[in-house]
Amino acid sequence: MTAPTTAIDLAASVRSGETTCAAVVDEAIAEIEARDGEIHAFNHVAADEARSRAAEIDAMVADGVDPGPLAGVPVALKDNMCTRGVPTTCSSKILGDWRPPYDATVVTRLREAGAVVVGKTNLDEFAMGSSTENSAFGPTRNPLDTSRVPGGSSGGSAAAVAARYVPLSFGSDTGGSIRQPAALCGVVGVKPTYGAVSRLGLIAFASSLDQIGPFTHTVADAALATEAISGHDPGDSTSIERGPLDISRQLDVGVAGLRVGRITDLPTGADPDVVERLDEAFEALAVAGAEIVDVEVPAFTYGLTAYYLVAPAEASSNLARFDGVRFGARVNAADTNAMYMATRSEGFGAEVKRRIMLGTYALSAGYYDAYYGRALKVRRRIADDFASAYASCDVMLTPTSPSVAFEFGSKTDDPLAMYLCDTYTIPSNLSGDPGMSVPFGTGEHGLPVGVQVLAPALEEARMFRVAAELERSAP
Amino acid sequence: MSPPLTRDDVAKVARLARLELTDDELDSATAELTKMLAHFADIDALDLDGVEPMNNPTHLANVMRDDVEGATLDRDEVLGEAPSVEEERFRVPPIIGLDE
Repeated sequence: MTAPTTAIDLAASVRSGETTCAAVVDEAIAEIEARDGEIHAFNHVAADEARSRAAEIDAMVADGVDPGPLAGVPVALKDNMCTRGVPTTCSSKILGDWRPPYDATVVTRLREAGAVVVGKTNLDEFAMGSSTENSAFGPTRNPLDTSRVPGGSSGGSAAAVAARYVPLSFGSDTGGSIRQPAALCGVVGVKPTYGAVSRLGLIAFASSLDQIGPFTHTVADAALATEAISGHDPGDSTSIERGPLDISRQLDVGVAGLRVGRITDLPTGADPDVVERLDEAFEALAVAGAEIVDVEVPAFTYGLTAYYLVAPAEASSNLARFDGVRFGARVNAADTNAMYMATRSEGFGAEVKRRIMLGTYALSAGYYDAYYGRALKVRRRIADDFASAYASCDVMLTPTSPSVAFEFGSKTDDPLAMYLCDTYTIPSNLSGDPGMSVPFGTGEHGLPVGVQVLAPALEEARMFRVAAELERSAP
Repeated sequence: MSPPLTRDDVAKVARLARLELTDDELDSATAELTKMLAHFADIDALDLDGVEPMNNPTHLANVMRDDVEGATLDRDEVLGEAPSVEEERFRVPPIIGLDE
């Protein structure tokens, strides 16, 4: 593998004319073509589009125009973000060979920042899963150990960075789908505050939980990338009305005086190697001047239940649009209802059907109050408990994933076992607060362990300060 | 909290969701959903009286934009991606009348 190159360094060398964007993009595409047959991070490589955009970037530099903070940086996008004229599949058969007629806002922002999209990455179908084994196009392999999963659902994006095809990729996180694969692939992964990044053009799974964020090798790259995609978008009615997040300038402030919360009633179930790394992370922050304080988040443990009632309920509604009428695949039948049934039964995979059924049940007459209604109250309880805990601490640390990367097939027969992968990441999707995973040493089999940093809504700068300290002190 | 889930319940849910399940799929879906709902019963013990439901992390509600013309999607581009089109419209099989 080639030495790690950061997005920040690449952009600097493209901006200064030291290297051309064309050369950078050619190298990324060559790496993907040479090695992705085995890894399968990508569903689609947009080589022609990337090369023509690279030529535009190089022309700008030649003309003395600054292409932006991500000048010439090749990026990969999870294949649930709409890219105009470039196939967007959600790793599902139901979208067929659909090419969106518009770009997601994130895609537009990246373009404006000078980045070059080189391709679309594999995911669990419609982002439902924690291993990228639920893709209609076959699984992605973990570049660090190809007998193991990369995590999911944004497994392709995590693998694209871990395999060093590109220094920067983007995923979506509904219950941990950026942070968990980041932990399993040994990279940095960020879920920003709900509403900080536009969801326009992100094909919806659970609209009140979904959020787009970056994968990178370094905390500084993640900060720059998060800044580039954040800020108000009038096209997303849940977008928070404020400008881009301001993170990078505070990365080196350190953690002296910060109160770092240790959740005493955190759900058990994390493997001993993961718990050891977490303990060492607390120690490292204490050495750097932070104060470690015990906090309680009693409803944390009910996150899994609340999530698996709320997210499927929203998904069952969102995925009703895939009916064979306006886009994607259609299975013909004698009347429209039969066509809907045939198209959806043929087009959706087993896990997507399972969640649509669960959500439809949770919303159905007679069960709505008992399931969906109660889940929304538990959700409030979780958000309130976080808010109370943040009265006595500034950030919290937890494991990202209960284990290091697991082997293919080890959880596919038991949906509930797979769901438990997201025990530690789900609660902040429900509350809307930001969270990120930072590599912190290794565990069993020499595989990477991620530590999760949690912060209150819109306190990304504080969260990243802690992440930067963990990066500096990582074993 | 609720009566046990039956195979008929699952068949009804599938129908509502416009999914056709084979007999085998119906059996496994019933077993899986039963197991999940048993796990999700952990919240039954919580006293949630008076707790305000939370359906969204933001405090935004009824977000409006100014009523001005803006750019729209290109019609030909949109229709070009549809499974079936006739006279600038989405074409679908008959909706009513087949049963008579």
